[in-house]
Amino acid sequence: MSTTIPAQLPVDKTTERQLARGERAIERSLTKGTKNRLTSRGATIAALVIAILWTTPTLGLFVTSFRLPEEISRNGWWTIFANPGFTFSNYTEVLASGNSQLTLGGAFLNSIAITLPATLFPLVIASLAAYAFAWIDFKGRNWLFIGVFALQIVPLQMALVPLLSLFSRGLKIGSLTLFDGMDAGGYSQVWIAHTIFALPLAIFLLHNFVSEIPGELIEAARVDGAGHGQIFFRIVLPLTMPAIASFAIFQFLWVWNDLLVALVFADGDVAPMTKLLAEISGSRGQDWNLLTAGAFISILVPLIVFFSLQRFFVRGLLAGSTKG
Amino acid sequence: MSSTLHRRWIAPVALMAVTGILLAGCSSEGGSSSGPGDYGKADGVVTIYGTIADTEAELLEKSWADWEKANNIDIKYESSKEFEAQISVRAQGGKAPDLAIFPQPGLLADLATRDYIQPAPDGVKANVEKYWSKDWAGYATSNDTLYGAPLMASVKGYIWYSPKNFAKWGVEVPKTWDELMAVTKTIQEKTGKAPWCAGFGSDAASGWPGTDWVEDLVLRQSGADTYDKWISNEVKFSDPKIKKALDTVGEILLNPDYVNAGLGDVKSINSTPFGDVARVVGDGSCAMTHQASFFDGFITDPKNGNATVGPDKDVWAFLTPPIDAGAGQAVTGGGEIVGAFANDADTVKVQEYLSSPEWANSRVKLGGVISANNGLDPASASSPILQDAIKILTDPDTTFRFDASDLMPGVVGSDSFFKGMVNWINGSSSSDVLSTIDKSWPSD
Amino acid sequence: MSQFLTWIATLPPLAQIPLVLAAFGVVVALLIFFLEIAPRSGRKFTIARLAVCIVAPGLIFLALGSIWPAAIAAVILGGLFFILDYRSRQGAGYLFQLFGFLAPAIVLLAIGLVYPTIQTMVQAFMNSRGNRFVGLDNFAWVFTQETGIRTVLNTIVWVLIVPTLSTIFGLAYAVFIDKSRGEKFFKILVFMPMAISFVGASIIWRFVYTARPADQDQIGLLNQIVVWLGGQPVDFLAVSPWNTLFLIVVLIWVQTGFAMVVLSAAIKGVPAEQMEAAQLDGTNAWQRFINVTVPGIRSSLVVVLTTISIASLKVFDIVRTMTAGANDTSVIANEMYTQFKGFEFGRSSALAVVLFLLVLPIVIYNARQISKQRTIR
Repeated sequence: MSTTIPAQLPVDKTTERQLARGERAIERSLTKGTKNRLTSRGATIAALVIAILWTTPTLGLFVTSFRLPEEISRNGWWTIFANPGFTFSNYTEVLASGNSQLTLGGAFLNSIAITLPATLFPLVIASLAAYAFAWIDFKGRNWLFIGVFALQIVPLQMALVPLLSLFSRGLKIGSLTLFDGMDAGGYSQVWIAHTIFALPLAIFLLHNFVSEIPGELIEAARVDGAGHGQIFFRIVLPLTMPAIASFAIFQFLWVWNDLLVALVFADGDVAPMTKLLAEISGSRGQDWNLLTAGAFISILVPLIVFFSLQRFFVRGLLAGSTKG
Repeated sequence: MSSTLHRRWIAPVALMAVTGILLAGCSSEGGSSSGPGDYGKADGVVTIYGTIADTEAELLEKSWADWEKANNIDIKYESSKEFEAQISVRAQGGKAPDLAIFPQPGLLADLATRDYIQPAPDGVKANVEKYWSKDWAGYATSNDTLYGAPLMASVKGYIWYSPKNFAKWGVEVPKTWDELMAVTKTIQEKTGKAPWCAGFGSDAASGWPGTDWVEDLVLRQSGADTYDKWISNEVKFSDPKIKKALDTVGEILLNPDYVNAGLGDVKSINSTPFGDVARVVGDGSCAMTHQASFFDGFITDPKNGNATVGPDKDVWAFLTPPIDAGAGQAVTGGGEIVGAFANDADTVKVQEYLSSPEWANSRVKLGGVISANNGLDPASASSPILQDAIKILTDPDTTFRFDASDLMPGVVGSDSFFKGMVNWINGSSSSDVLSTIDKSWPSD
Repeated sequence: MSQFLTWIATLPPLAQIPLVLAAFGVVVALLIFFLEIAPRSGRKFTIARLAVCIVAPGLIFLALGSIWPAAIAAVILGGLFFILDYRSRQGAGYLFQLFGFLAPAIVLLAIGLVYPTIQTMVQAFMNSRGNRFVGLDNFAWVFTQETGIRTVLNTIVWVLIVPTLSTIFGLAYAVFIDKSRGEKFFKILVFMPMAISFVGASIIWRFVYTARPADQDQIGLLNQIVVWLGGQPVDFLAVSPWNTLFLIVVLIWVQTGFAMVVLSAAIKGVPAEQMEAAQLDGTNAWQRFINVTVPGIRSSLVVVLTTISIASLKVFDIVRTMTAGANDTSVIANEMYTQFKGFEFGRSSALAVVLFLLVLPIVIYNARQISKQRTIR
């Protein structure tokens, strides 16, 4: 392997030190307040072009969400100044929407109630497994790990029916009931479903962070008489916390924006916002004004999460190596 | 201690074995053989699942609100745009609703043959016999068992036009297909613009308005017999009769002189959402468009067509004419069928109510829809076009056929046929399109 | 458990979160506590392990509402496991620990993903009702019709283009904005698409691609630009084979943010000394990038490429919402969903198996990477 392996995969000790140094160098330059300018004029322009290209479509959505419905289908959003017409009614209409069982406000709370546990459960379970894969030696470890990694490709559509069947019918061997169906309702089914579907990627990514922790740290702790429980809790968790937090943001985004799992496991009064927004356009699908406003409302929370945790996030992907 | 290596394996292997047995037991649940069995509890709550959403769903809930109170049953209606996929996932997963409103009889039949749907209870059977024609009862029947009752209905194949403009151009409502083509030519010559407009856009279902066109032509050109055989795949899509129908539609929809009024060229048909067509019909820039009776709502919508509908109003409609004036009127139409997954007392009660003329009148009075229920009072209908549609549906001389694509298996009727129409507008040849659809037909 | 969950479900949504998390926290804390004391020797700890081996399976089964015989069987298995663990060569408690760390994830995966995978593999060789073995018929169906082949080819195009371009753009952007003023702000701009749901993304791109006739105002930005440049509006999503590329642009737009964030972090880990040394050697910026930066972030590049490749193989929502697969734009995941909807489980499963096969090279490559690392350590 080449000399340096920074973020995702296990690194040898020299690399470890080099990484730490690199990070310190950056911190030094940051504290001195001597931020460099973009590397060159060409790079500046290229970066600006990419930034503009990537932002323009979203800007279009944002502008459109404030336009009058009849204007939206008549001319482009960039002509908003030539065809003035600014309204909040798309937002008020979307916020007032809902069905007989749920308002958009209720769906918003549902989204939160679904997303938080469905983000934390897989993280904890995956970090336990990632620890075992990285630091407990057992036969067939690599194969089992690769098997878990390969499960990422399983299409969710194929996995929905068996899981739903387990929830509603329980487990039976012939006529012998092993489990009753879990007819609990509420959010439990959607929590469990999201937890399961998140595990392969979570284990894959977290394993790379956990295995980056310098071996001598773990050894030292073992010599001091710590068991796996203590090592996991005292060393691994704190050291990979930034990594865990950064994966948490990804998982948050995915669960928050999920529609497929919610369609099957979150019915009626526990439906999240994505599900309600998918219905508001009605059978016609032409109410672009409502769809744009709705889409923007549902983007808000992920953006807030990203804005507030961005620092953590970037540091997180440098995990392990920086503190080792 | 010689077998440590083995021992290390025993725990995981034992775990896997246990899990495997458990899962195998679970899977034995899958293949059902003895009917849907008892399902559901009479707990005063009946869940209904369907495609009807938004304002239409509100009207639906309003239509049974009084009955709910009187009978102390709480009906919970849930709609989904992904109904077709969801209903099969839920049926297989054992989390089916009590009742489902199927927009495609083909889907109901699919589920019924897999023993998920309860046969219609006696009360529903009696209602269907009394209030629905044999044709309609047939759409809810699979393998000689009645599985439910029809709910609402719509008449397809209306051609919307402006009576004032027709008078201005000196053309009459055509009585035969040839006359229709003549009218088209006259309008094109007088205005110098395309007379027809169409929009196939409808998200994942894009292309369905095209299937309505083809169905209308198959029924009129080759008769009800061929039409029925086409649905059961005895007549293939690549059959000359079907190809002829498609090519006849092509004389209008693929002719750059005839389409796409106010919307662009031929290819713009694909990119235009079907609802947006109401705008150009409403403002008069499009002389004629082919769409079902529900289009009324789009044209009168102030945000969309913003026009009035009636024989002497801005916009009115005539049925796609027969090939031969002597032949009787043949129409295609659509509707929903209510099928039950549960058979508890409450569900049966709701199912019976939904098949009764009381419900039909209650719903039709709220406007926008009609039903093929014979017990329906035509005066309940909210608009002239709906009254016209009821007349057609209840006229014993009309040959009525259900929308063919809704009766075909889902992979054809709501996928490859749709896609085929989109590709056809986009320039694929008729024979290519039709043979591709044939290949998508289910294996057995 | 069922009762607990039912009771929780009656509470207001926001009250459920802390309760459930607290319950989960207690279970995890208990688990870690027992994992910690497991390897300790002494009668006290042996009894504790025995107690857990016997009580935990029984409790879990009963909590899930199982019947008594099953719970008793679980208890017996637990006891056997205890003996096995007690006599383990690595010392008593070793297997107990391994099991404790791995079991939650493995059991959940077995139920939720492994079982459906096996079922899919079997179904791929069965007819649509799953009651007759049909051999390779379903695969023959995939590969003998034009649309099937098109679908597979399209998927391959997706998986070749999306990871490559997303990574290139993400990497370039990360390098360009590295250490610049307002780096965070720049990052948010490119990351934003990731925070948008696919439904939102498809609406956004409608306002880019939609074509209106030449004599009307355009509402799609790209067509407006075409018109401004004196061209005729083009229906970008209808013109095969370019329409697939226009759909691919959407996924690139989404995934570049992911690549950029991960790679940006990796770049910051490249030792400053190496860069300085290279600079002293008189290399230019491009040479430094190729000779220092790229080798330094190689493994991050692999992770990014892998993750995005799998995402593009599974792509479904974009195609579904924007073209529904018409005009030769369908991909395997979309076709699989369509067949699944139509009760064609055999064909649907066959498509899923093709998807598995396509991902195999990626899995093998990663497997080799992993075993290489293990030997390094």
